[in-house]
Amino acid sequence: MTAVTDTSSNEKPNEHHDHHGPAKGLMRWVLTTNHKDIGTMYLWFSFIMFLTGGAMAMVIRAELFQPGMQIVDPGFFNQMTTMHGLIMVFGAVMPAFVGLANWMIPLMIGAPDMALPRMNNWSFWILPFAAVMLVSTLFMEGGGPNFGWTFYAPLSTTYAPPSTTFFIFAIHMLGISSIMGAINIIATILNLRAPGMTMMKMPLFVWTWLITAYLLIAVMPVLAGAVTMMLMDIHFGTSFFNAGGGGDPVLFQHIFWFFGHPEVYIMILPSFGIVSAILPTFARKPLFGYTSMVYATASIAFLSFIVWAHHMFTVGIPLVGELFFMYATLLIAVPTGVKVFNWVTTMFRGAMTFETPMLFSIAFVVLFTIGGFSGLMLAIAPADFQYHDTYFVVAHFHYVLVPGAIFAIFAAVYYWLPKWTGHMYDETLGKTHFWMSFIGMNLTFFPMHFIGLAGMPRRIPDYALQFADFNMMASIGGFMFGTTQLLFLFIVIKCIRGGEKAKAESWEGAEGLEWSLPSPTPYHTFTTPPDVK
Amino acid sequence: MSEKDEAPVDLSRRTVIKTGLVAGGMFGFGFAMVPIYNVFCKVTGLNGKTDPNPYQYSAETAEVDTSRKIKVQFVATKNAEMSWDFKPSITEVEVHPGQVGELEFFARNPTGERMIGQAIPSVSPFQATNYLHKVECFCFTTQTLEAGEEKIMPLRIIVDQALPRHITKLTLSYTLFDVTTMGERTLPS
Repeated sequence: MTAVTDTSSNEKPNEHHDHHGPAKGLMRWVLTTNHKDIGTMYLWFSFIMFLTGGAMAMVIRAELFQPGMQIVDPGFFNQMTTMHGLIMVFGAVMPAFVGLANWMIPLMIGAPDMALPRMNNWSFWILPFAAVMLVSTLFMEGGGPNFGWTFYAPLSTTYAPPSTTFFIFAIHMLGISSIMGAINIIATILNLRAPGMTMMKMPLFVWTWLITAYLLIAVMPVLAGAVTMMLMDIHFGTSFFNAGGGGDPVLFQHIFWFFGHPEVYIMILPSFGIVSAILPTFARKPLFGYTSMVYATASIAFLSFIVWAHHMFTVGIPLVGELFFMYATLLIAVPTGVKVFNWVTTMFRGAMTFETPMLFSIAFVVLFTIGGFSGLMLAIAPADFQYHDTYFVVAHFHYVLVPGAIFAIFAAVYYWLPKWTGHMYDETLGKTHFWMSFIGMNLTFFPMHFIGLAGMPRRIPDYALQFADFNMMASIGGFMFGTTQLLFLFIVIKCIRGGEKAKAESWEGAEGLEWSLPSPTPYHTFTTPPDVK
Repeated sequence: MSEKDEAPVDLSRRTVIKTGLVAGGMFGFGFAMVPIYNVFCKVTGLNGKTDPNPYQYSAETAEVDTSRKIKVQFVATKNAEMSWDFKPSITEVEVHPGQVGELEFFARNPTGERMIGQAIPSVSPFQATNYLHKVECFCFTTQTLEAGEEKIMPLRIIVDQALPRHITKLTLSYTLFDVTTMGERTLPS
């Protein structure tokens, strides 16, 4: 499949059409092979998905505002938790990072475009169709997926709604899109670097994305295999996961988490790269420990393949297995600790200023570390028996995903918006967006630690009365965080339409090839490779 | 890098082929995890599944170890939506390793339709899985019951003489699944 697109796209990079701008009208966006156009489309798509998944989170928080059943029936609540997770993971966070990679990697390594521009177009345009198919399951007979974003068999096979087949094909399409995007990124980074841009001179965003891309091509096919097995169990009478036919439902969990754990690093490694670009700029000091950052990222990626069963401590794995996966998981704290140390040391005695990208980045370092610590608690196998499937887990992964992945994406957008649009965004509104998000996010997810430790199970639409106050706090925080994102939309549109002119080097002392280009960046850049010192 | 002499197009083609092969290989690996998992479980007994084939006697395994007695307990569970009555005649036997333990399971189909059931065994603790042998078991094949039919199904087990000495009690649990839509068959070994 990829070989076919490859031959067609191969003519493209040599075919110079430097001195004209984009085509006009809708077909510009449908047919474009320009990495900036495709990056922009990825980012808008991801933002639409972010609002869609966010709206579902609002339904969840509204139902949980008070104990008892008020707004939705339990079946629909299950569909909301499932779709919220799926859309945020596959629709919002992953495409946002691919969009940033499309925009920034060619600019950072001095390449004229991505290595495979037509495949790039295709990998984007699969996404809207997959997303529409996924969301449309909500309106089908029997409703949408209701088995949790982890879609454990047999909930997702024997007991699944009929729409599950559409869900499976949507996952296939999203997977194909991610794999093609990852192959494109690897080909770009390995082959299109400007002369003098050696591997160890690459910005960390490029490094973290290279490693992320390898994770993607390694585990997205495994996910595709898992959903294919589900499809066969549902329609072709096989028994991969059906115990009655000689299969094993626990096997599903092994296959899923073999994909799933690297997947959570796919959603965080590019954030590490973003924060490693922003902190030095606003601390006005070079990044501390560049080489150790590269090796730490690679170590985290490697370890992600041998820790999957820590999601399954309670399924009945033997003691030696619990211990192996516990220690392997705890080991991840070492390279992650190296990273946090380097970020803090980068800021230490720096001449710091606190523009919006910096605020989001500092919040990233602090709050991601909190999420990391709760992850360490969950990694301790004997303790996990208490935490498993409670709100403590929900608090943990939202602490690493919201102020981790999402805040880093916000930081990246604020940081590079002047480069993309040629205008500075409204700093006051940006800071408002930050503080509202920061307070809203903490108000939502911090109390979940407490109710989780006290025993409130996740994915249940009702709860015992003693959890009422903290749930109400979480809901208020959730509404606050949700509505604040409309402000973000406003800020971005305002910045596109006008504002203070941005200089080529939009931030004083910012490092990197992208700042050698004028703002906004011309439609075609680095058609002759830059000199890298 | 010596590869830099080549045109970027050729380099990209090579990268695409390599990474495409990795992706294709990992898709295959996802499926390979199924037999790997099954072999791993069979060797270690981790998922408590006993050998789906009848146990074959041999001269040395026929010797009874009268120095200890093992308590074997029986549990019968029905999977969701399985409407049969299903229970063992006795809930436990005490046997010496090597000695045959015999009992029956009772099954009745109370519905008005012909149904096929499949019992899936599971041994606890899992360390004992590979030491519990079944000479005769209704779980080796599917069981078909006509409407209202009932059936006495014999079970003959042998505890292996090599069972680790710290295990004095083990549980053999059966879960009965409704496999009417899948048809009659023998479980793959």
